[in-house]
This record gives sequence, C-alpha cells and structure tokens, in this order.
Amino acid sequence: MASNSRAGTSRFPTRRVAVTGAGVVAPGGVGVPAFWELLTAGRTATRGITLFDPTGFRSRIAAECDFDPAAAGLTPADAQRADRYVQFALAAADEAVRDSGLDLDREDPWRIGVSLGTAVGGTTRLERDYVLVSEHGARWDVDHRQADPHLHRAFAPSALASEIAERHGARGPVQTVSTGCTSGLDAVGYAFHAIEEGRADIVLAGASDSPISPITVACFDAIKATSANNDDPAHASRPFDANRDGFVMGEGGAVLVLEDLEHARARGAPVYCEVRGYATYGNAYHMTGLTTEGMEMSEAIDRALAHARLDASGIDYVNAHGSGTKQNDRHETAAVKRSLGAHAYATPMSSIKSMVGHSLGAIGAIELAACTLALAHGVVPPTANYETPDPECDLDYVPRTAREARLRTVLSVGSGFGGFQSAVVLNRAEGSRS
Amino acid sequence: MTSVITGIGVVAPNGIGTDAFWKATREGVSVLDRVTREGCLDLPLRIAGEVRGFDATAAIEERFVVQTDRFTHFAMAAADLALADARLTADPDDPFAVGVVTAAGSGGGEFGQRELQRLWGQGPHYVGPYQSIAWFYAASTGQISIRGGFKGPCGVVASDEAGGLDAIGHACRTLARPDTGTRAVVVGAAEAPLAPYSGVCQLGYAELSLAADPERAYQPFTARACGFSPAEGGAMLVVEDAEHALARGARPRAVIAGHAATFTGASRWAESREGLVRAIGGALEEAGLAPSDIDVVFADAMGTPDADRAEAEAIAAVFGPRGVPVTAPKTGTGRAYCGGSVLDTAAAVLALEHGTVPPTPQVTEVLDDLGIDLVTGRARAVGRLRAALVLSRGLMGSNAALVVKEYTK
Repeated sequence: MASNSRAGTSRFPTRRVAVTGAGVVAPGGVGVPAFWELLTAGRTATRGITLFDPTGFRSRIAAECDFDPAAAGLTPADAQRADRYVQFALAAADEAVRDSGLDLDREDPWRIGVSLGTAVGGTTRLERDYVLVSEHGARWDVDHRQADPHLHRAFAPSALASEIAERHGARGPVQTVSTGCTSGLDAVGYAFHAIEEGRADIVLAGASDSPISPITVACFDAIKATSANNDDPAHASRPFDANRDGFVMGEGGAVLVLEDLEHARARGAPVYCEVRGYATYGNAYHMTGLTTEGMEMSEAIDRALAHARLDASGIDYVNAHGSGTKQNDRHETAAVKRSLGAHAYATPMSSIKSMVGHSLGAIGAIELAACTLALAHGVVPPTANYETPDPECDLDYVPRTAREARLRTVLSVGSGFGGFQSAVVLNRAEGSRS
Repeated sequence: MTSVITGIGVVAPNGIGTDAFWKATREGVSVLDRVTREGCLDLPLRIAGEVRGFDATAAIEERFVVQTDRFTHFAMAAADLALADARLTADPDDPFAVGVVTAAGSGGGEFGQRELQRLWGQGPHYVGPYQSIAWFYAASTGQISIRGGFKGPCGVVASDEAGGLDAIGHACRTLARPDTGTRAVVVGAAEAPLAPYSGVCQLGYAELSLAADPERAYQPFTARACGFSPAEGGAMLVVEDAEHALARGARPRAVIAGHAATFTGASRWAESREGLVRAIGGALEEAGLAPSDIDVVFADAMGTPDADRAEAEAIAAVFGPRGVPVTAPKTGTGRAYCGGSVLDTAAAVLALEHGTVPPTPQVTEVLDDLGIDLVTGRARAVGRLRAALVLSRGLMGSNAALVVKEYTK
C-alpha cells in the first residue's frame, strides 16, 4: 500500500502490545484457575471418548471439556444458536474481558477488534445435520427439510469472530483466522500486528475448536496421526517420549485481551506480559509431512526474536508444539536447536498437549494462555507421561513435574497441516502482574 | 513501500483467464443459470453462477487434483494464471520471499460430503487419507505454497465475503513489514459452495435468493431485489513490493493503495451504512486520497432492500448523491463469497487499464431514491480511470473497503 504510518510504512510500527486478560475453556477444567491447577499438577485430562460412541474407530480417546453452557453464563438461546466451539470462545472471552478489568462499553467500539482462530469450525454440527439430511449417508442429494435453522452459522467460520464481536461490542477489524493447527498462534499474531500497526487499540484474540466428532476422528485415523493407545487413555499423550504413538485429539478455547500498552497503562491496568514477536512461514514441502531439519520453524523463531530485539540466549522457556507424533517431536527439537544453539539444552521445553490433548486450531491460543500464566507465576508446566527418552529428542522436556523458574521471556511454537510453522515471543517486564 | 499488483488469475463463472473474464464483464453478460451440480436439482436454491467447462485435470497435476476439493482446484488454477501473468517463480536462493494468503468461507464442501457419505454409509475405515487436508479452510494456501515452493508467510482468513479484501490487505501489510522479509504474496480466494450439502447449509441465510428465474434472481438496487445468487470460483493475485517488481522487470498493473475493515453485526444491514462509511474513510486515508480521486465504486450489492439502501446511503455520504459511477458486475456471475470480492478487485484493475466502467448485468430501473449512479445496460467508457474503490460485506457482519489506483512511475 502507499506509504504512511499505518500500513505501507517505511517507518516501522512502534506501538507496544500488552496482554491484560486471559480466559480458558480446556479439558480438565473450565476457567483459568482450574486450567492452571491441572497444568501445574501435571494431571492429564485424556480419556475414552464420551461425546459419541467411538466403537469401530482406530483411535477412541480424546481430551474432552466438561462444559456446561449455563454455568459458563450462556443463555439457552446462545447455546442453541452457537456451535460448541463458539460457546467455548464466548465463555473464554467473557472470562478474559472480566480479567482485564476493561469496561468495553466505555471504549471506542471502532478501535476494538476480534481475531479468533479455528481449524475445523462448525464441523461437529455440520456432521450432525449431515446425518439427518442424508439419511445416514444413504443419499447424495440430501433432504434440506431436516436441517437445523442455525446450520448456516456452522457452515460460515466467520460466525466465530462475529459472535464474540457482537457480545462485546467490537466494531473494528473482526476476523476469523483458519490456518489449521497454527490458527491459535496466528490469530494472536494477527491481533498483535493490528495493535502494533495502529489499526486497533484492543483486540480479543484467541482460538477455539470442538473437533471431537466421527468425521474428524476418522480422518486422522486414516493417516494414523492419532494415538491408538485406547487401553490407557490417561497416558496416551506422550510428547517426546520414545513410546509416543501419535496425538490425542482435544477440544477447547482460549481468549487473551491484547491491548496497546499505553492504553493499558493509562487506565492503570495490571499487565501480564507483552507480545514481542510473531512470525509464520510455510515449509512448501508436504501438507502433513515435516522435514527432519526444521528449517522453516527455525526461521519463524529467528524472525520473531529479531522483531522482539531479543537474543535466543534470553529464552527462558519454550512451549512446544509437542503433539506426540514421531515426526513432529523430532522436527521441532531440531528447529529449536537450530535457533537456540547450545542454549537449547539449558532451556526447559514442555508440551501441555500431554495433559489437555491437541485441540487443533484452538491449542495455540490455549498454549499462549499457559505461557502467560507461566510468566505470571514463575512456573514451567511439565510434559506429563514423559518417561523414556528418545535419542533424537534430547532436550530438557520438564518430565512430569512442574518447575519453579524465573521467567522473563518465553517462546511458543506451532506446526500445522499445510506446512505452516509459527512462533510467538512473550516477555514479562519487571513489576508485571503475578 | 508501495504494493502493486503484477499478476491476475481468474476462474469465474463468466470466464477463465482475464481475457474471457473481462470480455464478459465489459459486455455485461449474465451467466446466472439453474444449478446443475450433481445432487443439487431439488434444492430450493435454484439459481447460481457455476464455473462450467473447468477441467481440473487439464490445469493441475493429477496428484494435486485427487487430494483436493474443487475450491482448491480453482485456487490452484487461478494462482497459476496469476503467477504466469506476473512471471514470478520461487527464488531458490530466498524461498521465504514469497508468501501465500487466501480467504475461505466455505471450505472443501464437495470433498467433505463425499467422505461423510463414506463414513456414515459404509464405516469409519472408508474415510480416505486426504479428508484431513482437503476439507479444511487452509487447504488452498497450503497447496499453493507447496506447488510453488513458496515458504513465505502463509495466511488464511475465514472472514466472510469481505474476507477476500481482508486477505489482500493482510498481504500488503505483510509486504510492508520489514520483519517478514517478504517481497511478494500470492493472494486471493476461490470458493466452491455448490455441492448439495453446502447448498443446504446456505438455506438459513435470509439474504439468499430462492427465485427460479435467472433473469430476476439477483437484482440489487431495484424494487425487485429478492436476495443474492451464490457463485463458485474466484481470483488470485500476485501482490508485490513495487521496487522488487521493477527490479526483476515485472509490469505493475495497479497499486493497492488502502484497505480498512469494520464490523457491524450479522444481517444488521442498516448499521452497515456507518460500517461502510468508516471502512471507506479508513481505506482512503491509508491511500492518501480524497473521495474526489475515486472514479468508480464496485459495490457490494447484497440484493436485499435494506442492505442495498444502507450501501447506497454510505456511498452517497462519502461521494455525494450520484457523485461517482457505481457498478456491480457480480449480478452477472453471482456472489462467490470470499472469491467474489477478489473478482471485483480483478475487475477494478481491468477497468482502470481499459478506462471503462463495466455494467451491472440484468439490473434495470434502479430505485431513484437510492441516489446512486449505477452503471447499467452497457459499459461506460470514461477515458481515464485513476482509482477504484471496492466494497464488500459479509453475512456475518463484516464490512471492508479496498482502494486500487493506476500505477504511475
């Protein structure tokens, strides 16, 4: 675009971006306190699937949310209109806004944005209604009369950001981001850029997914990406462990309140941390395969750190993608070593997917919420179930037990179908919220 | 830093390739017709813009065709056309220099329905290995990145029809940020929402036209407005830092000068008036242009009375009553969701190049009290067009505005 201070700039944007609120709906507990308790206890929320009968599927385990819409403050009308993944986001956004202390009614609505990620959006409702209109897959020319009147809201992924914007009166840039399993990191990254570049002062940023339905389980069965450790679901998600056999599907949502740091200071708001860097690249290699070198993820880490003007040696904790597939964990270990060098061996690196599973597009935002809490509490969450080292994964994965640590700078990385590799750097200033 | 368009690739109901597309667009040809996609004949949705005569296997390597849905076939074919136009390929010495950004509003519906049928009709083990990469919204960005060897920033916005313009804005900001190292972005959107189940999913939209007569199904800004007809297809662009483009000898076709987006709520069309006014204001400010610098507006043209009135009032509020020529060529093709606003952007660039405002097919007797100068009937030759404004709204409440202007050295 043309040169000016907002987008097509030669003068680089200088606004700083604070995290001032967090909200989480995760397996094992709804709300930030329950989520943080689960992570620091190193407890796993993976179990046999209850959301549908998984008989006949290869993988019959998942990390499910025990989510009650009414208890989360949603009306019966909200619950009927909004898909499960949207409900998660509504609940997480409510908690995040409350936590931030913002009175959004007093803010300029045209300066409030929404950036929410989802990988598979309304799949669960789409599948449920498909079964009705197709008479259980008997016909291609489906019978439209059986369809739910809200079905179009499941069809349109933009319903996610739209619902959150409606509820909180946002009238600025509102978008749904859908880059597969990096959606959560990318949605927060886009929000970071929007504030940094001056397009918004406040952005509700995060992600949500509720993929635990037959079609999603079947499609990961087909490529054997998920764990088939059906007899021991509590120990099935084993990132970096030599005996890992794939990821355990999860669900959930998280929303962070991102705010222009000056705006937060002016209202005297406690600040958790700052978003300092974000980058994403493609591997241009394979939709589901990863290279062994991790060059593209490393590029994302390097660029995010460069933008943050932080050295790799300043990283105190790496929140791993750590999905628990053979190839991911090696790829990621190689990428982190490539970017952090010898410092990689001195840096704790854990995967919360060991506890809350892999909720596809949502997990990146849930992981950033975990990073925010780790910075605030000075505690590194562990990698549950990590017992047997894999010679190709030789970093400090924080086995099973949370660890107290002085944390200033944390890195969160993500990797997704499509070949996407993303990195976000958070940094905590002295005197930040704890 | 100036973002320029150096390549345009179109796969539209009224033409594949910019030559065919521009000819049909300039002549005001309408291709709206009965929906003929297999299994769609009994849908209450009768009229749409189908991309007919598109042979995916002739355009795309077999292995990419089998693992992707029709929406990604369109996107890959459009990207090929845009890249050929721009004469751009990945630089092996700097593979991170070219990124890919798409918008998606409906995903791989036909592929997904086929796999759902296998699952529910036959059993879980009949679901194929490509379902996990064909149905999701990111499929086109991923496949274009892989086919082209483009490792630059990959993005996907799933933000309604207006998402097509948001994707272009996102690409330009990616170019503008020195921290990304990006010199060019392949950006755009293509959709394929005309599978039977996808059709059912759209029936809940109050704005969808269920009319049976292709000549009357989609008539925005008239007393007969009864909603919009959907379409498939879309366009991809190559957007590039002007300096980089010139250094490699590429020809800038137009400048992307400004973009802004707002939100005013799903189907609350009266409120979209202010949303559009503010989006237009933001895009003009970013472009450093005044309303008087805009020579044509490509309207969103939703096709319902309240939505049309809100848009007409927004245009009049910025430009004055009948203050600027307005056109909506999409009445000849239908609205291809995210792809529609990128097609409008392509049409806007072609209009600038030809000094011609294409007409709004099938629309006559524009409501007088709307106060817009809608170009109907035949194209209007105006000699020189300096800048065009493209507007788009989404059914979930997004409003976006994009300014493209002629490239001058």
